[in-house]
Amino acid sequence: MAVQTSHTPLMLTITEEHEMLLNAVRDFAQKEIVPIAEKFDESGDFPMDTIKKMAGMGLMGIEVPEEYGGAGMDVLAYVLALTEIAKADASHSTIMSVNNSLYCNGIMLFGTEEQKQKWVKPVASGEKIGAYSLTEPMSGSDAATMASRAVLNAAGTHYIINGRKSWVTSGPVADYIVLFTMTDPSKGSKGISAFLIDANQKGLIRGKKEPKLGIRASATSEIIFEDYECPVENLLGKEGDGFKIAMSVLDAGRIGIAAQALGIAEAAYEKAVAYARERQAFGQAIGQFQMIQQKIADMKTRIEAARHLIYNACLAKMRYKATGARYTLEASMAKLFASETAMFVTDEALQIHGGMGYSKEMPLERYYRDARITRIYEGTSEIQRMVIARNELGMR
Amino acid sequence: MHIVTFTRSTPDTTAKVEVNGKGEVTWGDAATVVNPWDEYSLEEAIVQAKNVGGKATVIAIGTEMHNEALKHSLAMGLDAAVRVWSDGLDVTDSLHWATAAAAAVNKVGDVGLVIFGKESVDTGTDQHIYQTARKLGWTMLSYVAKILELDAANKTIKVEKVLEGGKQVLTAKLPAVISVMKGINEPRYPSFIGIRKASKAEIPVWSLSDLGVTLPAASTQLVGYSNLPVQEVVTEIIDGATPQEKAEKLVEKLLEAKVL
Repeated sequence: MAVQTSHTPLMLTITEEHEMLLNAVRDFAQKEIVPIAEKFDESGDFPMDTIKKMAGMGLMGIEVPEEYGGAGMDVLAYVLALTEIAKADASHSTIMSVNNSLYCNGIMLFGTEEQKQKWVKPVASGEKIGAYSLTEPMSGSDAATMASRAVLNAAGTHYIINGRKSWVTSGPVADYIVLFTMTDPSKGSKGISAFLIDANQKGLIRGKKEPKLGIRASATSEIIFEDYECPVENLLGKEGDGFKIAMSVLDAGRIGIAAQALGIAEAAYEKAVAYARERQAFGQAIGQFQMIQQKIADMKTRIEAARHLIYNACLAKMRYKATGARYTLEASMAKLFASETAMFVTDEALQIHGGMGYSKEMPLERYYRDARITRIYEGTSEIQRMVIARNELGMR
Repeated sequence: MHIVTFTRSTPDTTAKVEVNGKGEVTWGDAATVVNPWDEYSLEEAIVQAKNVGGKATVIAIGTEMHNEALKHSLAMGLDAAVRVWSDGLDVTDSLHWATAAAAAVNKVGDVGLVIFGKESVDTGTDQHIYQTARKLGWTMLSYVAKILELDAANKTIKVEKVLEGGKQVLTAKLPAVISVMKGINEPRYPSFIGIRKASKAEIPVWSLSDLGVTLPAASTQLVGYSNLPVQEVVTEIIDGATPQEKAEKLVEKLLEAKVL
C-alpha cells in the first residue's frame, strides 16, 4: 500500500487475534443486534441491554490499555469491530464510536494519570457511558463561535459553566461527558477549553431528545448547563487547549465514522446481491440485467476502495503512535469517501429492491436513512474536502 | 476440584453440508463454529469451576481443525485447553472416541465433574457421552436443565433433569458425567481480553501413547457417505370462488393424502 512517509509500515496484518475478534463480534452482532435493530429504530429507545453486553465483551474501550479497563487492542481491531456492529445496526455503532474514539481516546491522549483512572476506567469497562459535546445550537463546524462559557470562580476552585450544547450523542443516558466550552471568548478558537463532566451532578439538565431521520436508537439530546460547578482538576489539558483536543480527537473519530459507513454499505450491498440473484423479472434473475450488474460492480468497487482508504488511515494512525505525525489527511479522506460510498450504496441497493426496498418490511430504507448522518457528523463532507484541500495546498 | 468439558469444531449450522464427488463431506467455504450445544457446557464449566474454586479444562479430540473451538473456549474463559490426537484414531467410532476421552480425563487428574453439551450437531450423536461415563466408571446424568448444587467437600451433585412432560431432581456422588440442555445458562461471548490471551495460547496435543491407552478394535465400519435423496416438491394453488370453497377443497385434498 502506498503511503506518504517512510515511517509508516507498508502492510497491515490481520492477525489471528483480529480474526478471532472479527468472528466473535460478527457472531454477537448477528445474534443479538440484528433481531432488535428494527424495533429500536422504530421506538427510538436507547438499547441499553445490548450496549451493556457489548461493554462486557470489551467493545467500549478497544484501544484503551488493560490497566485503564480497556481491551488493549489496536486501531485495526477497532475498525474491524465497529464495521461489524454497524453492519448489524448503525445506532449501536454510533454509541460505540463515541465511547471509544471521542470519549476514551480524548482522555487517554490529554488526561493526567488521575483523570485516566477516574474517567476512562469505568467507561472503557462499560460500567458508565461516555459522551462528547462540542456542538451548540448556533455553532457547528465553526466551533470558535460557541456561546457557552466556563468562568473560574473567585476562590479558584471551580469553573462555573453556563450554556446550551446540542447534538450530544448518548446525551440522555451519558454518565460522563468530555465538554468543550469557551473560557476566553476574546481568543476565538484558542479560548476553548475541555472539561470532564459528571452528568449526574447538579447544574446539568438533559434537554429535548432530537427526533432524527436515522440512527434513531442512538439517543441524541441537548445538554443545558446552569451554574454547573466543575472542579478545576477536571480541566482536560490546559486552558485554551480545547480546540486542539477536539480536533485531534476527531481525527480518530473520523476513522470510526468511516468504519461505520463501510459497515452500513456492506450490509446494504450484501442484501442487494442476494436479491439480484433471487428476484425474477421477465423470466430471469434481475442480476442478469446489465443495468443491475453495473450497480453491483460500482457498489463493490467503491466499498473496497473505502475499505482501503480506512486501512490507509489505520496505517497513518499507527505511524502517529510511532512518530507523532498527525493523520488528519488520511482520516478525512477515509471519512469523506466511506460516507459518500455509504450514501451511494444504500441508494443503489434500495433501487435494486424497488418497492420492497422502500418498504419497512426490509432493512434497506433503514440503511438509507442511517447512512445519511455519516456525511454530516464529526465533520461534514464539505469540511473534509476543505481539510484535504488545505493540507494539499499548504493553506490554513 | 477440576471440571472437564469437551468441545469440537463443527460446520456452521447455516452451512450447506454435502458429499462431494470423491465421497467426502464438505461444507464449501463456510466457517466452522463451536458445536452449538457445547456453548452451554463450556459456560457451565466456567461457572461451576468458579463456584467451587476449581479449574476448568476443555478437551477436543481430533485434528487441528478443532483448535478453533478450543481457542474460542479459552477466549470465553476456560482455564486450559488440550487436544487429543494420534493417527489411527477414528473419531467417527464412538468407542474409539470415548476410550481416548476417558483416558484424557484421567490424565488431567482430580476431576470431579465432566460436562458435555447434549449432543454433537455435526454427526447428530450422543452415545460417545454415555460411553465415556462407562469407560470412566462414573455416574451418568443426562439432559440436565440445572445444577442445583455442586458440593466439592462432600463430593455430591444435585441436578434437575428434563423428562418428557416433567422434571426430576436427582442427587449423585461425584465424580460424575453430565450432559446439559440449552437453557441451563446464557453462554457468554468471548471477551477481547480473552481473545488476546487465547490467540497467543499454544494448545498442547496429547497422543494416545501420552495417555497410555491402546484403542479397541473398531466397532463400526464406515462404508461411505451419500447425499440425501432430493425431495420433489409439488406446489398447487387451490382455486375457488370463496374462502369457504377453497377451504373445503383443501380439506378434501388433505384427506385424500391421508394427512388428516
